[in-house]
Amino acid sequence: MPDDRSAFSLKALRRRPEMWLLAVILVVGTVFALAARDFLSLPNIIDLLETYSVQSIMAMGLFVVLVSGGIDISFAATASVAQYCAALIATQLGLPAPLVIVAGLLIGTALGCVNAALIHKMRITSIIATIAMMSISFSLLMYFSSGKSIYTLPDWWTDRIVFYQTETAVGDLVRITLPIVTMMVVALFTWAWMTRSSIGRQLYAMGGNPEAARRIGIGIGKLHFVAYGYLGFMAALAGLVQAHRVGESVPNAMYNTELAVLSAAVLGGASLTGGIGTVPGVLLGIVLLAMLQNGLNLLGVSSYFFQIVIGITILISTSITVLSSRRGRRHRIIAEAPGNG
Amino acid sequence: MAEPSTTGLDGANRGLADLMTRLRTGLPGGHAGLAVLLLALILGFSAFVPNFLSAGTLQSFMYQLPLLGLLSLAMIVPLMTGGLNLAIIATTNQCALLMVWIMRTMIAPDAGAGTVFAIILLALLAGLALCLVIGLITGFLVAYTGVHPILVTLGTKSLIDGISIYLTRGMALSGIPDAFAKAGNATLLGVPLIFVILIVTAVIVGVILKRTAFGISCAMIGSNIQATRYSTIDTRRVLVGVYVMSSVTCFVAALVMLVTFNSASADYAQSYLLVTILAAVLGGVDPFGGFGTVGGLMLALAILQIISSGFNQFGLSNYLTVAIWGAILILVVMVQTLRPHFRQLLSK
Repeated sequence: MPDDRSAFSLKALRRRPEMWLLAVILVVGTVFALAARDFLSLPNIIDLLETYSVQSIMAMGLFVVLVSGGIDISFAATASVAQYCAALIATQLGLPAPLVIVAGLLIGTALGCVNAALIHKMRITSIIATIAMMSISFSLLMYFSSGKSIYTLPDWWTDRIVFYQTETAVGDLVRITLPIVTMMVVALFTWAWMTRSSIGRQLYAMGGNPEAARRIGIGIGKLHFVAYGYLGFMAALAGLVQAHRVGESVPNAMYNTELAVLSAAVLGGASLTGGIGTVPGVLLGIVLLAMLQNGLNLLGVSSYFFQIVIGITILISTSITVLSSRRGRRHRIIAEAPGNG
Repeated sequence: MAEPSTTGLDGANRGLADLMTRLRTGLPGGHAGLAVLLLALILGFSAFVPNFLSAGTLQSFMYQLPLLGLLSLAMIVPLMTGGLNLAIIATTNQCALLMVWIMRTMIAPDAGAGTVFAIILLALLAGLALCLVIGLITGFLVAYTGVHPILVTLGTKSLIDGISIYLTRGMALSGIPDAFAKAGNATLLGVPLIFVILIVTAVIVGVILKRTAFGISCAMIGSNIQATRYSTIDTRRVLVGVYVMSSVTCFVAALVMLVTFNSASADYAQSYLLVTILAAVLGGVDPFGGFGTVGGLMLALAILQIISSGFNQFGLSNYLTVAIWGAILILVVMVQTLRPHFRQLLSK
């Protein structure tokens, strides 16, 4: 939740874009809870967490890139490539689990570093470089795999791993599974790393003003590799988790999720111009989108209607955020600079 | 040239140099690199692919290019101002859906030629009106809220797509009257009508961007929006105009789409969205705004289409073509950034 130090000052709270989001989430949550009995039940919430764990892991990586002042469209393709290659290694070569996982994560990180090299060394704008990389890696994946899915993943990969399980009074089984734990660890780590470490603060500085950051001695080149490499790593991790959840590797399963993840991150207050954004905010963005989809489903609203709601939500919430922060924007950035957590 | 004799030679030289610079900036010749690349591709393919240089290839080229070309034109206008319109495909699809729906529900099987014509006209007007409304809303949101265009158009894209999918349940709508299909597939002196439409639209967009106050304001906004506002240009009104123009270009794209697919659906051509940006950047449009020409865009489109038809005739998969498009984009941008360094090395 937003910064504890400012939690007592209402004025400081109102200045934080996440507060708008939290308010919207509370309102939407109350409406759904009143309208659909199952909405606030424990099994439903746990189910939601698991469904959105993959997107959340990718969003954590994307958040770091957005803070550093860049943008990346290619992470969904990266996730698919890493997942498919790991699946090939596991099924064709029969390597043990740790090697497969390390190989998958390395492939993702390497693809992220290629993006960083194109952006930093070749001075290609990040959106162009990553669009090009997305076309290249996804098309090559579809070409070499001929679109064939891999159904014979080894057991260690697809077996459910349950950390905690309990039964509710009604008899529903509630299980905290590996995807949920992974998501929580990733979110906690990203939050601590971005707010409490020197590299994290340098990433904020670079996103806020790259030239100023360079002049105070921050290695811009290294940070590019850190940010895009981290996103590549997270994308690969999300890819592995996604295959774990569905029990197979489908080359185009995650294609087209990039805009959904991007909307969630931006809904949560991560600025497209860099330097602004928080982990709790991004998570709230995902929570809002997840709640809307799930709540509308429970209410029996047609799933065709869902995209309309997403569109309206993005338009309204981004407009409110920008309009509300327009007054004294400079003041806010300076005042909040030390407390971007 | 009627210069005084003392400065005659000088003046003539200067006149010639002026003419050359004007030619260089006015024509796609400003993109010599792209033109060379295009020529090399054509020569390369005709050397290795039998029958590449045939009327058939040219014909398919002229039938396949217009849709992507028009969508790219819809993208280049916001790109010039440093924005982006992610909703172009959604707008085009919804406009096409509306036009088909009007035509197929209102035209009775036994309607006379006059009524059919009137209803087609009504459908076109309705489509145009829809695009105008979408453009106005997008433009107002971008100009007056100050939200980044990527976000605004991400929202409008979701919204428009959502409405189309909700109303059609994801199904394709067909039932275009024969008269419309026949007119769309007509040819002018062997050139397909849709290709003529592309060229005409490209010329109009090019002239607007290059020769009108509005177009120059667009480029200025792309370079520096604050400075433009201090130069007493109403940047908000220009921005609204930009998104209206983009949407109206989508209306033309919707017409071409109806002719090419003979039906309309909410998910046609979705994969073209990023390709339009790719084409624009390949054609020398600065994604941060301010610079770019329609001529360069057209050259880039021709290059992409030649690669695609060439590889198709080679029997290579479509996926490989897209991968090569991406690689070419990176290559061209790399050469553009590295050229100053090469020049430095050479002059040393």
